[in-house]
Amino acid sequence: MKAPLKWLKDYVEIDIPYRELAYKLTLAGLEVSDIKVIGDSWDNVVVGKITAVDPHPNAERLRLATVDLGQKQMTVVCGAPNLVVGDKIAFASVGATLMDGHTGKLTELKPAKIRGVASEGMVCSEKELGISDNHEGILVLPADLEIGKSLADYLADIIFDIDITPNRADCLSIMGIAREVAAITGKEFRMPDLSYKESARDIGSYAAVEIKAPDLCPRYCASIINGIKIGPSPRWMQDRLMTCGMRPINNIVDITNYVMLEFGQPLHAFDYKEIKGKKIIVRRAAEGEVMYTLDGAERKLSSDNLMIADADRAVAVAGIMGGLSSEVTPGTAVILLESANFNQAVIHKGSLNLKLSSEASTRFEKGLNPELALVALKRATQLMAELGGGAVARGLIDVYPGKSAKHPVPVSSKDVARLLGMDIQLPDIRKYLGSLGLKCSLDDKTGRILVDIPWWRNDIGCTADLVEEVARVVGYDNIPTTMLSSNLPGGEGASMVPFRQEVRDMLVACGFQEVITYPLTNLDTLKRLSPDLNLTGPQPLAIANPMSRDLELLRTSLRFGVLTVLARNQRNRESNIRLFEIGKIFIPRHKDLPVEQEMLCGLIDSVVPDTYWAAKSGTADFYSAKGVVETLLSRQGLQATFESSDDGALSPGKGADIKVNGEKLGVVGEVHPRVRANFDIQDPVFLFEIDLDKLKALSGKQQFIYQAASKFPSTGRDIALLIDEQVTYDRIAGVISSFPLVVDVKLFDLYSGEQIPAGKKSLAFRITYQAPDHTLTDEEVETIQKKIIEKLATEFDAGLRS
Amino acid sequence: MLSQVDEVASSAHADLQKVTGLDELEAWRVRYLGRKSKLISILRSLAALPVDERRDIGARANQVKNQLEASLAQKKEELDSSVNLSLTRESIDISLPGQPYHLGRLHPTTKTTREICDIFISMGFQIAEGPEVEWEYYNFEALNMPAEHPARDGFATLWVDYKTETGARPMLMRTHTSPVQIRTMEQVKPPIRVIAPGRVYRYEATDATHEWMFSQVEGLAVDKNITMADLKGTLFEFARRLFGTDRKCRFRCDYFPFVEPGVEIAIDCFMCGGKGCRLCGNSGWIEILGAGMVHPEVLRGCGIDPEVYSGFAFGMGVERIPILRFGIDDIRHFYSNDLRFLRQF
Repeated sequence: MKAPLKWLKDYVEIDIPYRELAYKLTLAGLEVSDIKVIGDSWDNVVVGKITAVDPHPNAERLRLATVDLGQKQMTVVCGAPNLVVGDKIAFASVGATLMDGHTGKLTELKPAKIRGVASEGMVCSEKELGISDNHEGILVLPADLEIGKSLADYLADIIFDIDITPNRADCLSIMGIAREVAAITGKEFRMPDLSYKESARDIGSYAAVEIKAPDLCPRYCASIINGIKIGPSPRWMQDRLMTCGMRPINNIVDITNYVMLEFGQPLHAFDYKEIKGKKIIVRRAAEGEVMYTLDGAERKLSSDNLMIADADRAVAVAGIMGGLSSEVTPGTAVILLESANFNQAVIHKGSLNLKLSSEASTRFEKGLNPELALVALKRATQLMAELGGGAVARGLIDVYPGKSAKHPVPVSSKDVARLLGMDIQLPDIRKYLGSLGLKCSLDDKTGRILVDIPWWRNDIGCTADLVEEVARVVGYDNIPTTMLSSNLPGGEGASMVPFRQEVRDMLVACGFQEVITYPLTNLDTLKRLSPDLNLTGPQPLAIANPMSRDLELLRTSLRFGVLTVLARNQRNRESNIRLFEIGKIFIPRHKDLPVEQEMLCGLIDSVVPDTYWAAKSGTADFYSAKGVVETLLSRQGLQATFESSDDGALSPGKGADIKVNGEKLGVVGEVHPRVRANFDIQDPVFLFEIDLDKLKALSGKQQFIYQAASKFPSTGRDIALLIDEQVTYDRIAGVISSFPLVVDVKLFDLYSGEQIPAGKKSLAFRITYQAPDHTLTDEEVETIQKKIIEKLATEFDAGLRS
Repeated sequence: MLSQVDEVASSAHADLQKVTGLDELEAWRVRYLGRKSKLISILRSLAALPVDERRDIGARANQVKNQLEASLAQKKEELDSSVNLSLTRESIDISLPGQPYHLGRLHPTTKTTREICDIFISMGFQIAEGPEVEWEYYNFEALNMPAEHPARDGFATLWVDYKTETGARPMLMRTHTSPVQIRTMEQVKPPIRVIAPGRVYRYEATDATHEWMFSQVEGLAVDKNITMADLKGTLFEFARRLFGTDRKCRFRCDYFPFVEPGVEIAIDCFMCGGKGCRLCGNSGWIEILGAGMVHPEVLRGCGIDPEVYSGFAFGMGVERIPILRFGIDDIRHFYSNDLRFLRQF
């Protein structure tokens, strides 16, 4: 909302610097987001009068204007088409700072010779003065201005651009803002006079109003002004409208807009002769009803729209836009002026459905007080009589089905103290509320103040609202600063948070970069997670109003997100990528919110560049990914078994289900080459995926108890076994670790090929023995080692390799 | 005995010639000058000798000892310099690059969220979480925003394609973390002090300053006698800890339907110090938080008596903080996951 300070001064005295006022308004909730200062560079600009216009000797399109400045006469070269002898104009002499009409930059006016004629000044356009963007011709000033006086005395202004919050529709008006200014600066608010003369003929003989939808139209007021002469509105009104971003049209339309800006109440002027049957009917639109609005567009309406109709047809979409058929035209002589209150929801819905938003609809949909309708009607009627030359019919139409009893709202010192932490005595509370125009009375029974909510406010309904009003007037910057002194809560907070944090930190410690991807995707992408492009997993939930085809389903997997990120970064020539995401997947449930399952998914690419001079690093493989999973689980005190997986996204024979105590936590493996190709990834890539909710549940069961390290030395023995290729590592290691005093088993070599018989492989283990209570003797170790070898021989037909 | 001393002297000198390393030199020292060496034992036995003998032998033995110690020192010096010489010959190019370590990193959103949460945890807040797919009730109604409330226009919503038997469509992607307030108050009785970090979603065309997915941290404190002054103290303290103790804070009235009175908190621009620049849009202030006293209707809806209890709530955007701090020019960098971006945090 644009608020020119000069206009505000019609209703309230302003005697503090404008920057201070802007700051105070901002603190009070009316955020001044921009300040435009008009005329602060007009030191050398004065009012002049054109006394002669002569042709330029050397240029057809230029003329020589002689300007009377009181003390002296100046002749300047001018290209403007609207030079008229006798007009008052704004004259800038050399040294003035003006906006360049073409570049829009501030420049200092210098003496110039234009086509051989010296010019020592300039007759200014609105754009050159910084008033508007108009550069079509020079600004013509009102004839009553005094020649030679500074232009700033007449035209300088400061315009605040104020962001109005949705609860303060009343401040979408100059008066609303002026009331705020009065309250926060301690000045008196001055209400304009609303009186006018009425003619003899009663309004009842002109028209009647019927509200068929009283739930949607709490109040409908109207007046009739007869004998209007349509013409332009006065310059001052046009100026104010333009300053506030509205285009002047004619005196009648301008008055409705002017009063809307002044009071915040939208009004509509109908050409009375186009209202059939002398009747205004407020009703819901019929489904599919069609009408032409003022902008010339054909509108198809639905029962969500509220209409203003006459006896025959619709004449306006209520609260949104008037109809073409009853528009005010140059031939209009009688005006039916509407000032009504409409239900905010119906205007909001209607405006959305029609994709049509107007100055009127944005005010109505925020909610206006029905009491405002009559006050604003009186003001507009007065102005029409005054500026349109009309006679006002006697009386007003006022149909008010939504009139509700006023409920005063109570507030006490205790309420203020309880919410603000400030001790403010009742008389002061009354003073602060009174400065906003709220009427207070003392309730003797309760000791509280009862506050009557005035007609312009629609946002005060409870005590907390009044406390905010007090705080606004006191100034939010005067509220004290204390720290919480209340009791600390019991309980321990969401336990997933520290767990997730620990998992993230561990992966980061393992060299992984965390990524975060979108939870929305499409069917094609989900299908690409299977080698044969089938949707695996549950049917995902869909978005009813997706922003694009790519973002229409809620993800049921994290896999596509990390694969996409990997591919994208490989295209940037990144290699040796290790990344992970922890995020939610959404599993639909019957008639309920989806299960939000928290998952971890990580990827390792196999491309390791030889870019370090001292050593060649090996490529990553299945075991790189498995190692991460093992590290993660062992940190939680869990030992997993890895069983061949039938997960379709993994390469057959190179994928494992991760199981703890028989329960599957996730998978690890090489991504199936076809799936990889679906995401444009060339080289092998290894994936791990773990259900964090399950992992947390399992790790929570593990009770951690410290174990003392043995004080006695350990001893190591190596064995190299020759064994059938089919026997897996974990079975051998399992047998070895089952023996007493064996504290660690490490595979340090795996070999098959030359020197090894076909169908066999060689595994070399280092077995570490240690006793908690004594130093082991060689005999003890040898005895166990022998037993181990015997057991391996009988169990797996393993022989020693010498 | 004199002859013994001379023998020691000559064999010591002879042996010293053969010494080539520091280890051998130490062995030589132990052998000839150590506590158990012949020379030292002779010196120790002097006291038992007659006076004449004591003088001659003593003088001689001490002379030898001094000579040997001098030779030792000299030899040590010789050896040291030759060791240094050979070490110098083996010197390396210290300008060659060091072995690279593969450093993992947290996403900047995660890092910032932690930073915010840690400050509130230190003030006694606990972390709460809620679902990202929500009921309209928790996202709007319970927060004092019934259908057609004008403030809903500020929350362009992604609706989930789910219809009830009555044709209503009550499931959505949460547009803010505020529903966690409601869920918390429904489950826990005061005293309450929670913060709720999480992701939120809006129906929004993306550009350099708009992203349809972003993160928020919500906060809520409810108990007897919690005031706006507590809100101010808590959040000013937070702002100073996050942005620096010399930051100034601005506390102004703002409107959110679920609080009353409502507040917006801004800090003075750390780029221009409040004079006005591009970062702060020439206002000198940077808005960081929306907050307010929990609306009595919201408390009542959660079964908490607003005549007995009061509380404050606040919410802030997470990505905005690194954007401001590090001059990130495009919010879309956060979730496009370019490693060249992510690696910088």
